[in-house]
Amino acid sequence: MSGKMSLATGGLDTVVQQASGAASAAWLLLLLPAFGAAVLLLGGRRTDKWGHLLGSATVIAAFVYGLVLFFGSTSLAADDRLQNLSLFEWINVGALQIDFGLRLDPLSLTFVLLITGVGSLIHIYSIGYMHDDAGRRRFFGYLNLFIAAMLLLVLGNSFVTLYFGWEGVGLASYLLIGWYQGKDFAATAAKKAFIMNRVGDVGLALAIFLMFKTMGSTQFDVVFDKIGDQSTATVVAIGLLLLLGACGKSGQFPLQAWLPDAMAGPTPVSALIHAATMVTAGVYLIARSSPIYSLPQAADARFAVMIIGALTLIIGCVIGCAYDDFKKVLAYSTVSQIGYMILAVGLGPAGYALGIMHLLTHGFFKAGLFLGAGSVMHGMNDEGDIRRMGGLARKMPVTFITWTLGYLALIGFPFLSGYFSKDAIIAAAFGETGWRGWVFGGVALLGAGITAFYMTRLLILVFLGKPRYENLKSEDGRDYHPHESPASMTIPMIVLAVGSIGAGAFLALGDRLAGWLEPTVGATLETHGPLSHGLIAVLTVALSFLGALIAYLIFGRREQPVTRPVRVSFPVRAARADLYGNHLNEALFGRPGIWLTRALVFVDNRGVDGLVNGLAAGLGGSSGRLRRTQTGFVRSYALSMLGGSILVIAAFLMVRFA
Amino acid sequence: MSPTVSGDGSWVMAVLLLLPLVGAGVVMALRKNDRLAKQAALVFSIGELAMAACAWGKFEASGARLQQSFSFDWIPSFGVHISFGVDGIALVMIATIAVLTPIVIGAGWADKLPEGRTAGGFFALILLEQALTIGVFAATDVFLFYVLFEIMLIPMYFLIGSYGGARRQYAAVKFFLYSFLGGLIMLASVIACYVMAGDELGKGTFDWQTLVGVVSDAPLSTQIWLFLGFFAAFAFKAPLVPFHTWLPDATAEAPIVVGVLLVGVLDKVGTFGFLRYLLPMFPDASKELAPYVLVLAVAGIIYGAMLASGQTDMKRFVAYVSIAHFGFIALGIFAFSSQAMAGSVTYMLNHSIATGMLILVIGMVISRGGSTRIADYGGMSKLTPVLAGMLLIAGLSTLSLPGTNSFISEFLVLIGSFPNQPVFTIIATTGMVLAAIYVLWLYQRIMTGPLRGNALVTQEPPIDAPVDATSGGPGAVKVKLEPEVSAHKAIFDLNGREKLVLAPLLLLIIGLGVYPKPVLDVVTPTVDATMCEAALVDPVPAERQLQCQ
Repeated sequence: MSGKMSLATGGLDTVVQQASGAASAAWLLLLLPAFGAAVLLLGGRRTDKWGHLLGSATVIAAFVYGLVLFFGSTSLAADDRLQNLSLFEWINVGALQIDFGLRLDPLSLTFVLLITGVGSLIHIYSIGYMHDDAGRRRFFGYLNLFIAAMLLLVLGNSFVTLYFGWEGVGLASYLLIGWYQGKDFAATAAKKAFIMNRVGDVGLALAIFLMFKTMGSTQFDVVFDKIGDQSTATVVAIGLLLLLGACGKSGQFPLQAWLPDAMAGPTPVSALIHAATMVTAGVYLIARSSPIYSLPQAADARFAVMIIGALTLIIGCVIGCAYDDFKKVLAYSTVSQIGYMILAVGLGPAGYALGIMHLLTHGFFKAGLFLGAGSVMHGMNDEGDIRRMGGLARKMPVTFITWTLGYLALIGFPFLSGYFSKDAIIAAAFGETGWRGWVFGGVALLGAGITAFYMTRLLILVFLGKPRYENLKSEDGRDYHPHESPASMTIPMIVLAVGSIGAGAFLALGDRLAGWLEPTVGATLETHGPLSHGLIAVLTVALSFLGALIAYLIFGRREQPVTRPVRVSFPVRAARADLYGNHLNEALFGRPGIWLTRALVFVDNRGVDGLVNGLAAGLGGSSGRLRRTQTGFVRSYALSMLGGSILVIAAFLMVRFA
Repeated sequence: MSPTVSGDGSWVMAVLLLLPLVGAGVVMALRKNDRLAKQAALVFSIGELAMAACAWGKFEASGARLQQSFSFDWIPSFGVHISFGVDGIALVMIATIAVLTPIVIGAGWADKLPEGRTAGGFFALILLEQALTIGVFAATDVFLFYVLFEIMLIPMYFLIGSYGGARRQYAAVKFFLYSFLGGLIMLASVIACYVMAGDELGKGTFDWQTLVGVVSDAPLSTQIWLFLGFFAAFAFKAPLVPFHTWLPDATAEAPIVVGVLLVGVLDKVGTFGFLRYLLPMFPDASKELAPYVLVLAVAGIIYGAMLASGQTDMKRFVAYVSIAHFGFIALGIFAFSSQAMAGSVTYMLNHSIATGMLILVIGMVISRGGSTRIADYGGMSKLTPVLAGMLLIAGLSTLSLPGTNSFISEFLVLIGSFPNQPVFTIIATTGMVLAAIYVLWLYQRIMTGPLRGNALVTQEPPIDAPVDATSGGPGAVKVKLEPEVSAHKAIFDLNGREKLVLAPLLLLIIGLGVYPKPVLDVVTPTVDATMCEAALVDPVPAERQLQCQ
């Protein structure tokens, strides 16, 4: 075991270099979108005309600069790729010295490209999608704010700068989920997301406190350097607390309930924040903390990570089968796919690179799937109910083709993106020793089958079969006239579809990504379970095919009702109710909290106040009498003050000399 | 103890103390002319701000314990001096007052006052209060501190009692009674300290630095009694649960701008007292009693937060938020680490900025809707998007979002408290979640959703609203109650004056959140000195060990 670990952390002994050359201006990455956000949010209506262009331009510029940094880094020797850029002294009190700085390394640069790349596409898409929204300029301001915060999250060189970005993206997410402010459900969903995220943030915060207590620092390099000397209890505690943070941000069990509600936001937001980037921050956090999780002492923490990942991936799949809302199915699919990633990084050195790879391919195909959903809804009067769709393939050919490519990538169709990234995770899970391999591998395999089932159901209900919308009207009373979306929307979808096809092969073949990430997360460990990789691949494809086939047999051969069936079996009812996750939260925290608050308000008004008022009345006369003698109030109190002082001093002297 | 003036020859402190006093006199004299009186008040408060900036510039962070000091005899036979001077903590508090006062005057510019009251009188009292609170923070003679501690209640009593809301008399008396009672108990301790100094030195003194040397060596049992005397005054002032019940009444009844001064400045005297008097003078008692104070502090964090979420009145909401925040400040002071203590000091500043802005913005909501009840509002961001944004920013600072000023202080308090007090800190950290709940829920109820509420919409249905006779039942009623945009009252977004009032606070919130170094640099040496005086050692040792004299 220890031999494995030293191999795994071998790449981390390299010294962090001071950034130089093009990298010394890496703060530009943050400043560009932050500048865009400031101009758009403070500039007001004056910037309405060109706001969306500025917003998009800053992100595209950041992407180009990210490419420069990336190629600059690839030209360096592997050991020189860990670079640090200190910007200024942020918080400095005694032993606590927090440097506001950036860490440029393969992991962070990978994320920079993902965030600014997908971010650029979604900015462009939003120009068309938000065209009719009077607040479009503010929308781009929020998007820019998100990009800036997300870049800070992945570029920060300490856990506290990470935390800064971490809560910053939470704010952007809150603002964008609640975009349709006039609707109560949007406001509630936004608040719910922020609060549930904060529960996770408490975990991250406590992990930071514990690092400071035990290692005297929160900078990545110091913590990773000293973590090996800490007790098992400390390492496990830090690992579990970080996991709690990851659960909040990434919608993992037991904090998954906010993510489906977050679909109340505009669809580009769902694609960028709630599919491709922000919700994967938990995976980033664990991969970034790989020197902590790779330690032999952290085995229990890693086990907890795997359990959470496996549990969530199944929960997401099961609920995804039951929903009729286009975006909510995709949201639960995201929950489930992030479960795969969390499971992967929980495997430790065998899985960090695999988790990141799935994160990247997922970023492409899930963003594409969401943009496709947005395109469909855009053409369907913002309708989200898939039972009111059907046969849209002919009306929206570009959307249909790009969406289908994303769909194939997600279910792991051979040689598309998901095939490489998801199969690798399943194989690695089987590689765990003993019963764990069978359980985690089996769950991941089963999940692949269910994924194919619910995604095929979605494909059939939306795009195939006969149209069901023709005799219906949308909520605002209009007829449905589905049509293809403008080029500003279809082009990003096409680009993402290309990524859905090729990204997996590009990253996986020749271990390109694993080799690139090695300086940050260590060498990827080859594991060999009881089943050969080839057999696992065949099994996965077979199971996915089976899932898709069952979906076809159920949904594809006869017409589906426009309203969803009410008399259904218990499993379907449970899945429709989010497996009672919300009910549980409500019963455990919601209602008791509200009752306790009401009781306290009552007690505070009657009890505490009454008690102290009574005491005051006893000492100095009732407040009623005080009010009557108000003119002489100050004087009379000066007198009683004197009397009181004498009493107290007398008491004091008695105590002292008795 | 010569009768002549002694000190380090700095005139800044004297001007800082006298300028607002003169200002109060001038404004009072001009009270017949409303406009002139207001302008004079604003000019004096801005002059005072310039003086405070001057004091800040002259302050040497690594210099003497007390700087810009001067002193002369007041009551020689009892060794009472008029002596003032500042350390880093007092300087930060004085700067807070100096920043808030012009903002408060700008915010109260167009306030409707009760009949028979003039703006001149109102602003004169505010300037008087400014002078007295600066005096309290700058006093270096313990008896002088006590006197100013009590006198500063008087202008505040009138500000609440004469200019406040419907139940202002009750609230003002309650406020006065609580504070005065606390001060009274403190006086006993003050006199006892004097007696002890007399025993020790042959001649009694109230000089703070001398007393620190004398009293801190007293036996634990004596220290505990003296500690409790001071603590009573400070715990009432910075209200710790369960001594807090005067604050919601006072905040609810006080005019908005007075509320800013009350929670932003006056209450900080309590936490300032913890740092200046309790820790250095009674180090053994502080250590002995710290667990009890911490229980009150953490209880306050949770209790204040829960009560804040349960409030139906906006002004009372702010009061309970403050109670939770005072819990954080007390936690940081009694957790005994330089990080936590520096966190508490910056918290005192940042709470004034964040809560000050929160109160002012809520005041702007109230002045538009004419009601303090949260339920009378809803969906207001449609009418006042800028005001909504300001409420959100003030709220985000209140819940200590990173990037805002409050994050720095709350983070320092928590990370600094954790090594010594992990259990208390873990409980306090859950306060982060509660803060998100009460802030965002308030925002949601006032600003989002469909436009609703008595304060914003008229009761009559819109004139040309289609009445759908065919669809009865609850659905139709809902449609009718949901008002059309045409049915809302005439409510406008922020005007230029209001934007100008909020702009400096907004800048401070972001500026100090991203770059807190200027404040931390001033605060840290004083915090280190306090740690030394209280014989405390940081739980997490710094590379450069602190050298106490």
